[in-house]
Amino acid sequence: MSEVSCRKVVKEYDGGVQAVKGIDLEIADHEFVVLVGPSGCGKSTTLRMIAGLEEITGGEIWIGGDVVNDIPPRDRDIAMVFQNYALYPHMSVFDNMAFGLKLRKFPKDEIKRRVDEAARILDIAPLLDRKPRALSGGQRQRVAMGRAIVRNPKVFLFDEPLSNLDAKLRVQMRTEIKKVHQTVRTTTVYVTHDQIEAMTLADRVVVMNHGVIEQVGTPNDLYHHPATRFVAGFIGSPAMNFLPCSVQDGNNGTLAIKVSDSIVLPVPASRADRYGKFKGREMVLGLRPEHLFEYHEQGKPGWTRVDLPVDVVEPMGMETMVHFFVGSEPVCARVDPATHAEPGEVLPLTADLNQMHLMEPGTGAVV
Amino acid sequence: MSATTLGATRSAAVKRKTSLHRQRLWALWGSYTALAIFVVMFLVPPFYTLMTSLKSSAEISAQTGSPWLVHHPTLENFWYLITYPNFQTYYLNSVIVTVLTVIISMVISIMAAFSLARMGFWGSQALSTGVFLTYLVPSSLLFIPLFQIVGMIGLINNFWCLVLLYPTLAVPFCTWIMIGYFSSIPKELDEAALIDGASYLQILWKIFIPVAMPGIIAATIFAFTVSWGAFLYPLAYLYTSNQMVLTVGIISDLIRGDVFQWGKIMAACLLASLPPIVIYAFLMDYYVAGLTAGATKG
Repeated sequence: MSEVSCRKVVKEYDGGVQAVKGIDLEIADHEFVVLVGPSGCGKSTTLRMIAGLEEITGGEIWIGGDVVNDIPPRDRDIAMVFQNYALYPHMSVFDNMAFGLKLRKFPKDEIKRRVDEAARILDIAPLLDRKPRALSGGQRQRVAMGRAIVRNPKVFLFDEPLSNLDAKLRVQMRTEIKKVHQTVRTTTVYVTHDQIEAMTLADRVVVMNHGVIEQVGTPNDLYHHPATRFVAGFIGSPAMNFLPCSVQDGNNGTLAIKVSDSIVLPVPASRADRYGKFKGREMVLGLRPEHLFEYHEQGKPGWTRVDLPVDVVEPMGMETMVHFFVGSEPVCARVDPATHAEPGEVLPLTADLNQMHLMEPGTGAVV
Repeated sequence: MSATTLGATRSAAVKRKTSLHRQRLWALWGSYTALAIFVVMFLVPPFYTLMTSLKSSAEISAQTGSPWLVHHPTLENFWYLITYPNFQTYYLNSVIVTVLTVIISMVISIMAAFSLARMGFWGSQALSTGVFLTYLVPSSLLFIPLFQIVGMIGLINNFWCLVLLYPTLAVPFCTWIMIGYFSSIPKELDEAALIDGASYLQILWKIFIPVAMPGIIAATIFAFTVSWGAFLYPLAYLYTSNQMVLTVGIISDLIRGDVFQWGKIMAACLLASLPPIVIYAFLMDYYVAGLTAGATKG
């Protein structure tokens, strides 16, 4: 029984700046939830309010069925892993992990049993006698996680734990964290600005922006059905292409999206109903780079040929990113590496319009 | 044409390298010269003290030969002082006053620095500045008004008044040093400890004090020096030999009228400098910066 729930939670700093503007969030027992968003979106503040390191200006936070607004961090039964590890530099790895248990007056043999168990899970048993300064970044992060695991708390809180690691180690530790969660099944709230971390780790992702929640959903939900232009642009790498367009009548009574005089895209029949009511309006077309690829003779319904002049080619090995300009808007396509593309020449492409998104320019809502 | 250009570039590069080498050489020479002057300036007085302390009164007053050399070394001055009851009293008084001053100053300044650096209460910023400003008031201006206060509490000619007064000199600066050290400890460390279940006192005792040990040692050395070497306050407040501390005792006891017992004075100075030397040597081993390395990603 360790759900976490935020109800109309507000954080206002002195001077009236609102970092978190009344968010509602329900996190189920054993769930792994990732808060993701750009710097200053309020994700870390939310986590710190759950931890009890920041006071809550308004609303309520519940952990395991209790309101914890006025409960100090040590009595909330949570454990936190910090971005810079925050290991106690004068203590050995064992003492670092045992510190919380010693303060809570656990018997010695129980402390040893728990630390050994956590060290085994994290593969740091040979390091228990070392001081933090004798550890590498990845090892330090493991110890920080070990310190959280030994406490066997209701909730794990991670505050950008992988940001200080180099790219390769980050991917490795990401897998470790997922593995640990699969082993211990503790409810986890994880903050990151890296959408790939969010997608790979989370049961559900919470996308935040300017102190409000833009969308909550499974990684697949967010990827395939973003609710707003912000989410559509934030999730996925490279980011989704956005093109101003207008909805108008196409040939034979169909609907079409006009991006420019030369680019008029027929709306697939399955979407015609949804987009029909926006006829004549200025909208924004969203199409992910992976839904814009090399031209295929045998198309599928909803596939449309687009010819664009190549600007930059970025070979990545398993795929090649090709950048174009449509008017002044940059567009990226993800093409087969066998495709021949030279800067300056016109490349025929397929746009998979079954995967397109249409957004209102003012509100950014995906329609 | 291109060959010429290449040659020119290469010779320029060689020239640059030589001049870099030469610059480094000059820097080294400069450093050695400055250090040599420094060493001579600082070691000549102790050397002279040592030489004089090893001479008999007769040799000193004879004034023959170089004053820098000892012809008939003797330990009689040292032996005289060690067996001289007054000197023993001064020494003991100095030790009592200093040990208590260091303990009192460190307890107060560590607690003050922790609250000022970390607890962020209303006015803590102004208070930190205030603490430092107190330090800027010269102690030589304070001793006259303080004389009245010490008189009111009846501690004139009582070395316990020094235990009361020295912390007022040591605490502001020690607090200031400790605020600096405590502020350099990453905030996440106390947050991690808070979540681990520590109270503020436990955070101070189990995290801050061990981590800030280099700072505590620096502050301790300062408090020790203030107390051990202070001259003005004991000169003003103490006048019988059973209450005197070393600094005042030596000059008031070993200079009688216009008779300066140079050999004994020098020997007393050396004996009085022994504790600071021993303490510095002992603490310097622990005075290693970079103890926080590895706590967080720098």
